Amino acid sequence: MESYLPVLYAILALGGLGIVFGLLLGVADKKFSVEMDERVSAVRSAVAGANCGACGYAGCDGYAEAVVRGEAKTNACTPGGEKTANAIAAIMCVSADVMEPMVARVRCQGNCENVTLRYDYDGIPSCRAASGISGGPTACEFGCVGLGDCVSRCPFHAISMQNGVAVIDGDICTGCGICVAACPRGIIQMMPLDQTIVVMCRNEAIGRIARLQCKTACVGCKRCEKQCPSDSIHVVKGVALIDEKTCTRCGACILACPMHCIVNFYEHDLTGEAAATAQAELLDMEAE
Amino acid sequence: MSPIVKILLFMFSCILTNNYIFSRFLGCCPFLGVSNKVETAFGMGIAVTFVMALASLFTYFVYYYLLVPMKLEYLNTIAFILVIASLVQVVEMFLKKSAPSLYGALGIYLPLITTNCAVLGVTILNITEGYNLLYSVLNGTFGALGFLLAIVLMAGVRERLETAKIAVPLKGFPISLVIAGLMSLAFLGFSNMFAGVM
Repeated sequence: MESYLPVLYAILALGGLGIVFGLLLGVADKKFSVEMDERVSAVRSAVAGANCGACGYAGCDGYAEAVVRGEAKTNACTPGGEKTANAIAAIMCVSADVMEPMVARVRCQGNCENVTLRYDYDGIPSCRAASGISGGPTACEFGCVGLGDCVSRCPFHAISMQNGVAVIDGDICTGCGICVAACPRGIIQMMPLDQTIVVMCRNEAIGRIARLQCKTACVGCKRCEKQCPSDSIHVVKGVALIDEKTCTRCGACILACPMHCIVNFYEHDLTGEAAATAQAELLDMEAE
Repeated sequence: MSPIVKILLFMFSCILTNNYIFSRFLGCCPFLGVSNKVETAFGMGIAVTFVMALASLFTYFVYYYLLVPMKLEYLNTIAFILVIASLVQVVEMFLKKSAPSLYGALGIYLPLITTNCAVLGVTILNITEGYNLLYSVLNGTFGALGFLLAIVLMAGVRERLETAKIAVPLKGFPISLVIAGLMSLAFLGFSNMFAGVM
């Protein structure tokens, strides 16, 4: 029995110390308590709570405090979306700022079949590390490296690697923009959710080289430019770029693209006159 | 030698010859983490000084009046950590109330004083060196002032580094570590300063 006494003493001593310090801390907490604006905790519970930092503040607490101080806009919480913006506006008794839902999209289709590899990479599984070794393992220096820096950074698990290229699930994506910063190639882009027609390539190389690098590269042929009825797609620096403000989502460019690098994210049929002519011309060309 | 001279020499040896950062290499985390601006570095130094002085005082009583009579000397590390963690918590509450801007600037490094090994180091050294109460508290206070000196000097250098032309691979932490090494070498010059008199 006596051999257990030291153990008992140890428990008593440390437990006693813990209780004494705990009590002292409790008293100190009462004494030094800071009066918090109750709106801060209300805003804090209204935001999405992912601590993603998309608002530009250090976590959700920082954002909630900034909102109450009047420094931050009520619609800066992108993951929360319009619902959160309205809730915060109600707490702060201001009219809600209009919020355009944004989504991140990977502008690359360079999967294992499409893109040519220059060497086998067998190092640290990080896109940033891989792209530092003589321009990266993929022949295309603009496209997805496929090692998933964005996948591991996404706080909402919206990104997956499918056949060597990152794919973002638009339904899960909250538009926080963390993946944009995570990608060393800069191929992830924030765009309005209703911008459904996207040029899935950023390859600036001239057409012949781009074609060798990837089967779905934009070769800068300008066929989309000619077919666009609203003059909203242009080849800039060898890559087609859509002006989301004037684009009518008619889909003519999708059907005109011989490289199939323009994609429609919204599942609707591309009817309409411009689309029909574009498709007919492409079929003619392919028949020849 | 009169006791007053002895105490004065002890204080200076704590700051210069036995500097916690430069000769014992304790507390390097906040030394590199919070030394971006002189102002926050000074605030951190003061907070650490407060915690180290009080930790030396409290751990002396905890060790000699609780652990030694109960023959629980082997529990000193865990008991001291308990003391330090509580003290840091008090400092945190105090700063939140009285200096919110400093509280915000110190951020995560404030609760991390708990794991600042200089604080635990000083309390354990007090025991192993067999210091009495006065010397323990002096060791804590002036050891922390040595930390304050080191972190403020480092912050001063790093503020100048912001605008200096530095080769790209050395920018940021690499050059800071090089500077810390050079400062440590400079402090090596103090190492035998009090050897003849103490």
